[in-house]
Amino acid sequence: MTLADLKRGQQAVITDVSATEIPLKLLEMGCLPGNTAELVQVASFTDPMYLNINGSHLAIRKETANHILIEPIDE
Amino acid sequence: MSKQINVALIGNPNTGKTSVFNALTGLNQKVGNYPGITVDKKEGICKMPHGVNAHIIDLPGTYSLNASSLDENVVIELLLNKNDKDFPDVAVVVTDVENLKRNLLLYTQIKDLEIPTLLVINMSDRMAYKGISLNIPYLETQLETKIALISTRKNKGISELKELIANYESLSTKACVNALTIDTDYFTKLQNAFPEQLLYKLWLVITQDVNFGKTERNTIDAVSNFKTKSNADLKRLQQKETIKRYQFINNVLKKGQTIDLANAKDLRIKLDRILTHRVWGYVIFFVILLLMFQAVYDWATYPADLIDVGFSNLAEWVKTTLPAGAFTNLLAEGVIAGIGGIMVFIPPIAFLFLFIAILEETGYMSRVVFLMDRIMRRFGLSGKSVVPLISGNACAIPAVMAARNIESWKERLITILVTPFTTCSARLPVYVIIIALVIPEGTFLGLSYQALTLMALYALGFLTAVFAAYILNKILKIKSKSYFVVEMPGYKMPLLKNVALTVLEKTKTFVFEAGKIILAISIILWFLASYGLGEEFNNAEAIVTEAHPNLSEDDLNDLIAEHKLEHSYIGIIGKTIEPVIKPLGYDWKIGIGLVTSFAAREVFVGTLATIYSIGSANDIEDEDEAMSTIKNRMAVETHSDGTKVFTLASGISLLLFYAFAMQCMSTLAIVKRETNSWKWPTLQLVFMSGFAYIVALIAFQVLK
Repeated sequence: MTLADLKRGQQAVITDVSATEIPLKLLEMGCLPGNTAELVQVASFTDPMYLNINGSHLAIRKETANHILIEPIDE
Repeated sequence: MSKQINVALIGNPNTGKTSVFNALTGLNQKVGNYPGITVDKKEGICKMPHGVNAHIIDLPGTYSLNASSLDENVVIELLLNKNDKDFPDVAVVVTDVENLKRNLLLYTQIKDLEIPTLLVINMSDRMAYKGISLNIPYLETQLETKIALISTRKNKGISELKELIANYESLSTKACVNALTIDTDYFTKLQNAFPEQLLYKLWLVITQDVNFGKTERNTIDAVSNFKTKSNADLKRLQQKETIKRYQFINNVLKKGQTIDLANAKDLRIKLDRILTHRVWGYVIFFVILLLMFQAVYDWATYPADLIDVGFSNLAEWVKTTLPAGAFTNLLAEGVIAGIGGIMVFIPPIAFLFLFIAILEETGYMSRVVFLMDRIMRRFGLSGKSVVPLISGNACAIPAVMAARNIESWKERLITILVTPFTTCSARLPVYVIIIALVIPEGTFLGLSYQALTLMALYALGFLTAVFAAYILNKILKIKSKSYFVVEMPGYKMPLLKNVALTVLEKTKTFVFEAGKIILAISIILWFLASYGLGEEFNNAEAIVTEAHPNLSEDDLNDLIAEHKLEHSYIGIIGKTIEPVIKPLGYDWKIGIGLVTSFAAREVFVGTLATIYSIGSANDIEDEDEAMSTIKNRMAVETHSDGTKVFTLASGISLLLFYAFAMQCMSTLAIVKRETNSWKWPTLQLVFMSGFAYIVALIAFQVLK
């Protein structure tokens, strides 16, 4: 499962991040394995995605989210 | 004894770094440019305790030292170059208490450069609200620095911060993260190859293209016994480095920071449920835009009119008070008219930047970027293109510069190329006077035809920009990795001081940058229109009197002035290009306006005013009469066959020409600087003006 599959309000733990496909800036903002991610809001056509990653609120495009592997947290 | 030290303010965007800068320097600040690039360089002076004078530089906001844009690169170039005259004696890293973990990443990088580093934790007023408490002494020991816990909003902790800066010599320069722990083998080899250099500095040089002290760069390439790694491997190492840094930060914060989530409130999530909603978000954005245009085009007219009246009264006063002669004429018709032409743009530009500054300060602009990204992407633009396209409605120059934070080169280039289509405030005076001349009065659904025409022209500019982007996206074959990361900062009340300083600074830049050109053109124009060569110009009185012996003195003087203008230098230029513009419905006087407009569009009305006021011997009594006189004169202008010059056909043709043509030297210069090539501004000039010519030609031929 990747970050792009997350539903609104759902939480997950990041398991792997493709170092070659993901900009370093995103990693530096906390998008690293082991950190949590929650989908806050999506724009029209569900893209881009507004996420809370490790306490950082940021928006990324779906094509980027596709390269971030996650494990959803069941509540 | 006083001494001067360099202080560099460094921090992530949205940490209130500029507020700290404003709190320290107040009005003792100036904005310049870094040599060779158009990144704003903000610096100021602040008196510190113990007789220390601080020269403070507000460096562009950056998330890390691994720069991905020109702005961010400025930070690293300065920090790596010990010989730079601005090299900091102390680096002040500004962080936001709500995002301490992420903000500390940059802190650890700066610390690893072994520069004396001071940590500022800003927005302390939000701690109770967010349920955050900090163990400052513990953090100071672990991070090996001094910490200033401040709130620029409540004006707390600023004097303590000054005290700490003045005592910068006691700061430790010990590194936070040892690069050897990232990859022992690789970094040992690197250190052995360059035993003299700081390891982290070497690593930064390898991973990014920074031209600090060219010799050091050359030695890295020249030493053959050191083999660096492939780009993919380097990227993996950077990822590992980032993880290491976060491990260090997490360890420090585990004991140094407690967050009581039960007491934390989050206004951001509540507001964002509405403001970024897939329906309401767009509705609200549209309402804000309407309000903004109302301010720029309606409220701003009152102060603008006052300025206009003031300057024409001044010109009149100069003419009547000073002894008559060439100098007085130059002063009144050239210089004062020219300066007045610049000053009337201050109110709309100040209003526009007021709105943009408020939208930026509150954090709303990031939501607009988020909302618009998908729509803009369809046209080859980015959500971040919205900011340049909106700013373009004031002036294309800052708008083109605002495209700088678009990460993808292709999206950025397209944004730069299409932004000049948006209706900048310089087109406004041209539109206003032509619309008043050729569009009939009357209303449709309570809105006047004239107002509707103006709105249609704005819509036309924006739609053309978007359409041109769509075409460029299909044509341009540029491969660039498109990625998009936007931080959604917490909502904040804008700080009055920050907003006021932004408006002041942007307006000042416009007045001095654009003003210089407009003033120069006005003076040149006055000369060209007041002097000429040959019999026809020098003996105008005799020639005209001979041809019309029976006219009254007033009419005769008018004809003489007209005859002189026709044979002045500017008249000759206008006559020369007349055949080219005749199919568009223009005469040689409009032609002069078009020529001068290539320096800046706003010159057009001034040019016509100069031409028509020189072309008249009558004195103008007051401002109302003056405006209507220029308009009236334009209304009665006729071709040699007796038909009117300004008709619906020629008026529409002129409006369309101004909507599309690239008529601004300053914009071309900025595009050259931002794209680093003459290719793009040349293409812009040729295509936009060519397109304008064709559209205006069709419009005139169809409507006439």
